[in-house]
Amino acid sequence: MAHEETVYEALDHAHGGEGQWAFGTGFDAPLAGVDTTVPDGIDPADLGVYCLMLGDDALVLAQRLTQWITAAPELEEEVAVANIALDLLGQARLLLARAGSVGVLGRSRQRATASIPDEDALAYFRDPDEFLSSPLVEAANGDFGRTMVRLLAAATVRLAVLAELRASRDPVLAAIAAKGVHELTYHRDHAARWVVRLGDGTPESHRRAQDGADAVWPLLAEAFTATDVERRLAAAGVAVDPAGTRDEVTGVLTSILQRATLRVPDWPADAPPRGRAGQHGPELTSLVAELQGLAREHPAATW
Amino acid sequence: MTGHLVGRRGHFGQNAVATFGADRGRSGHFGRKDPREVAETVTDPELPTLTLGDLGVLRDVRIEDGTVVVEITPTYTGCPAMGVMRADLLHALHSAGFPEVDVRTVLSPAWTTDWITEDGRRKLAACGIAPPGTAPVRPSGPVPLHLGPSRRTAACPLCGSPDTEEISEFSSTACKALRRCQSCGEPFEHVKEI
Repeated sequence: MAHEETVYEALDHAHGGEGQWAFGTGFDAPLAGVDTTVPDGIDPADLGVYCLMLGDDALVLAQRLTQWITAAPELEEEVAVANIALDLLGQARLLLARAGSVGVLGRSRQRATASIPDEDALAYFRDPDEFLSSPLVEAANGDFGRTMVRLLAAATVRLAVLAELRASRDPVLAAIAAKGVHELTYHRDHAARWVVRLGDGTPESHRRAQDGADAVWPLLAEAFTATDVERRLAAAGVAVDPAGTRDEVTGVLTSILQRATLRVPDWPADAPPRGRAGQHGPELTSLVAELQGLAREHPAATW
Repeated sequence: MTGHLVGRRGHFGQNAVATFGADRGRSGHFGRKDPREVAETVTDPELPTLTLGDLGVLRDVRIEDGTVVVEITPTYTGCPAMGVMRADLLHALHSAGFPEVDVRTVLSPAWTTDWITEDGRRKLAACGIAPPGTAPVRPSGPVPLHLGPSRRTAACPLCGSPDTEEISEFSSTACKALRRCQSCGEPFEHVKEI
């Protein structure tokens, strides 16, 4: 207990005894001391929007996975899902903070009080139409089989992007990607093992995993279409053009489904990037409402 | 890990900043302690027997224009202990008489379990947590898929048996996996290689 007292005393001491905003991360700035200068030739507005795309994917998927807490099929799996969500939340924090560092804050800054850090303002005070997440992470969880197929697909797409992003000309993005690759490797392996276990398991688990794949595959329609922002930044050596990840993603997913004795659903035709343009369905609206409701109800609460 | 933290101890003189390296072991400048020694006493909030130095999280301590600059790196991106580490470092250095302290995050190179010191590994094992093996090599291209069971191995920190199985790759903190010893039957945690 002595240690815990020290911890809280130290936190209090670090903030001069003033209360912290109740809902966010204000006790720690994830980019504190990191050089956030934008290298020459990179449009800061584009960079910020791109960070929102990658950050919102992580934030929304973290929130989806968190919905399994207290409901996972076994305790170890609950811990695993929570750990994966925490890794993604960490990536989201860095990416939203990076967007804030280049001034891309949308309407959030007008709604959040000045003491709320940029990353929290972006997470809690944007409306759903300001989220730039993809349909793949937004869709409701469904049962555990569908959840694991979606996690597999989302982790495979994200790992392919971040692996390439390690060479980004923006050193902050490159560093975030390098850390994220280590984490996503675990996430993808974990989801892949579950998909194989379920697909190659009992008739019931096979049926559920196959239903999950059939439900998740259409969500990949926008995964390989670049927005204008991604195209411009990819040409500048900053971002990854998602079209270039198609072979890796389809190859990895096909090999896992085959191992799982599952039928690989038809690949959807490429669609224009609606999620990345802020166009979402009702599933994101309810997710964002759940994420933000308390903070918006009590925007000045402290602890 | 030993190359990084220890290797930088001797380099303080290069930056035209105070040469605390030369004062190690004495009550150095301004009648105060060496700020590195103070920073090295700060422990991890989740594993309080280990210091930030043991974990390889403390990357550098130096003086710039009268300010103590401390560099720390997160283990996992989402590690919630970073804020507490930062606050503990500020508290410890302020209490030791350094009013100006700047704790900076460094993201690159990414933390690896290879930076956990030998001392840190001994302390982990002593409190029942199996230390990590050597971190896997990460290719610069696409990351290969691994579908089989985990290749990680760890001896039981309680009875020493090498016959242990992984229960889950995820445990009570982001950095640990959960294992069980086949010989003594006890479950234990393992800091997984990253």
